[in-house]
Amino acid sequence: MNRATVIFFGAFFALTLSWAGLLLSNVRSYGVLAPYFDDTENKAYPSQVPGLAARGAQVYADLGCAYCHTQQVRGGEPSADLARKWGGRESYGRDYIREERVLLGDLRVGPDLRNFGVRAPAAAELYLHLYSPTTVVPGSTMPAHRFLFATRQIAGQPSPFALDRAKVAVPAGSEVVPTERAQVLVAYLMGLHDGYDYPEEKQKNTPPKKAGEKKPETHTPEAPKK
Amino acid sequence: MSAYQQQLSPAAPVAESGPADAAVRWPVLFLLASSILWLLAGSVLALIAAIKLHTPGFLADCEFLTYGRVHPAALNAFAYGWGVNAGLAVALWLMARLSRATLPGGGLLIVAGAFWNLGVKLGVLGILAGWSTSVPWLEMPHQVVPLLLVAYALAAAWVVGALRHGSSPRLYVSQWWLLVALFSFPWLWATAEAMLFFGPVRGTVQAIVAAWFAHGFLLLWFTPVALAIMYYLLPKLLGKPIRAYHLASFGFWAYVACAGWAGASRLLGAPVPAWTQAAGTVASLMLLAPLGVIAVNLFGTLFNGGMAALARSNVLRFVGMAALFFVLALLRYAMMSLGAGTAIQLSWFAAASDYVVLYGVFSFAVFGAVYYLMPRLVRRAWPYASLIHAHFVCSALGFILAGVALSLGGLKQAAELSRGVPFAEVTAHTMPALQLATVGGLILLVGHLVFAFHFVKLAFCPCVRARAAAAPVPAELLRTAPELEAAS
Repeated sequence: MNRATVIFFGAFFALTLSWAGLLLSNVRSYGVLAPYFDDTENKAYPSQVPGLAARGAQVYADLGCAYCHTQQVRGGEPSADLARKWGGRESYGRDYIREERVLLGDLRVGPDLRNFGVRAPAAAELYLHLYSPTTVVPGSTMPAHRFLFATRQIAGQPSPFALDRAKVAVPAGSEVVPTERAQVLVAYLMGLHDGYDYPEEKQKNTPPKKAGEKKPETHTPEAPKK
Repeated sequence: MSAYQQQLSPAAPVAESGPADAAVRWPVLFLLASSILWLLAGSVLALIAAIKLHTPGFLADCEFLTYGRVHPAALNAFAYGWGVNAGLAVALWLMARLSRATLPGGGLLIVAGAFWNLGVKLGVLGILAGWSTSVPWLEMPHQVVPLLLVAYALAAAWVVGALRHGSSPRLYVSQWWLLVALFSFPWLWATAEAMLFFGPVRGTVQAIVAAWFAHGFLLLWFTPVALAIMYYLLPKLLGKPIRAYHLASFGFWAYVACAGWAGASRLLGAPVPAWTQAAGTVASLMLLAPLGVIAVNLFGTLFNGGMAALARSNVLRFVGMAALFFVLALLRYAMMSLGAGTAIQLSWFAAASDYVVLYGVFSFAVFGAVYYLMPRLVRRAWPYASLIHAHFVCSALGFILAGVALSLGGLKQAAELSRGVPFAEVTAHTMPALQLATVGGLILLVGHLVFAFHFVKLAFCPCVRARAAAAPVPAELLRTAPELEAAS
């Protein structure tokens, strides 16, 4: 019986140590990263997530977009993220501090979306992409999200958001319009952009100035000194 | 029953199938039956998800079956439905038997099991209905988690109670591993839920919490349960004690000390502190030390007992496979924690590594345990040995096919992603791997259907019962080998 007690406390101690070491210490240091206030722009970064986009983030989570799309731009040697123009710089921990749920993603079936807002097409095209991915990107394996759209009779003026009739099959006299969930999702996607480069992180992660130049070893910023 | 008792050798101090089995019979049967239902549900959901990856038009108009929902639903059905139910059932049976406990209150266990299953059902339906949290391995809506934790605590407390009130003076190595699994899982889970959903931590610390949980779930629940089974069944089946048993203690402690830290290696290259990633790498590499010791224990016993036994025993084949996959899984994690891992971490190779633990290590070991314990529990032999063999072939073939396809496809994907190959080409190049994985998934489903059919036939089919009542209990069930249980 004594042995069992030893094992019980041993396991408890080991797990608590890993919790304190990995989680608690990061909560105390990295988890208190604050927005950076830029005096010249008179604005704090990362900026507050607008309400519409915040609701879009919930749709993003409930549809499970993060199983195929990461939201983390990586620098360093074995990564081509910057060359792919998935972002102007690698992602820093500070970029995420305003997000209610951080979904970095752990598999790249589709492209990274961290800075999708920069390369996003017009909303009409993005709706079409969600409705019928292969129409926009031939060979795409992204699932069609037709359930985010409603087909309805045109009454009076056609909706300005209706999908292009030339590109999707719509019965005569009807139109395909995005539902509210599609609208907030698109608002969220188009707002994805880490545009600001924080001085502290920038200094530690100087991007390569010319091709072939080796980057510093550190991939991530360290916790700020308090 | 009387025929069975008469055949017992009176000289045997502890029968192969005895009072300890009788005390847990109904709870174990209940948990196993529910786990097998979840196994089937999980396999079907996983197959749908696998098909969608290469044929996105399949069932595309059902919102609740979109890939981003059906994949986590499959994962959760598999992990919490099949994994925890079956793990608890095996833990219960092993602990009662090794502690020689006849603890009352089995009815309470069934109630706990029923609530657990209700909670998982709500959780999986919640995911399909759009309440998923999207955090890998923790997708179930957090509202059901308290219910699940209470149900789990009831069941786990009973298992620990069996240990306390048992009459066995020794604590066998299987019991150490069970204790760790039973205790670590709720600790990890409650903490992760609290830090992610009830009082969310800030920024990418959430990703660290999620990685800590996911790796802990795999390495401190699924793997220990499987190791408990291996440490029990290998000597049992081979009639030899564990080789180098004195080292088992070192293997155990070193593993427990490192496993909690290794999760950080899942975040190699992610926007989290570099020291955290480094800690994960160090822990993943340090795990190779206990891996070596445990491999000496397991494979030493296996070789000592003679490989010929593998041809004789279906159970041994399952358990042997699980031991092989255990070595493979930790080697893969160690490899992925090294420099090149930054690219591999975001590929199918990484996903396949988790499946090696979930299916290769855990499920194979549990299949073996179920084939071993069921006849002792219901006191009848399996009606068809050929079906056990068919299940083994399907599971091994399907899993190796899917695993190899995803691993090789994943390595290629990782290389192309980091070389800057146009994304459409990367997608096109992973298609063959994903199609092979679907074929593998289909074979696995067939194997699971065979398993379920056979289980129902043995446990509930009246004709098998009648036939078994007429025939004498097979001699294999009556073999006594108490000295093996206390092989310390």
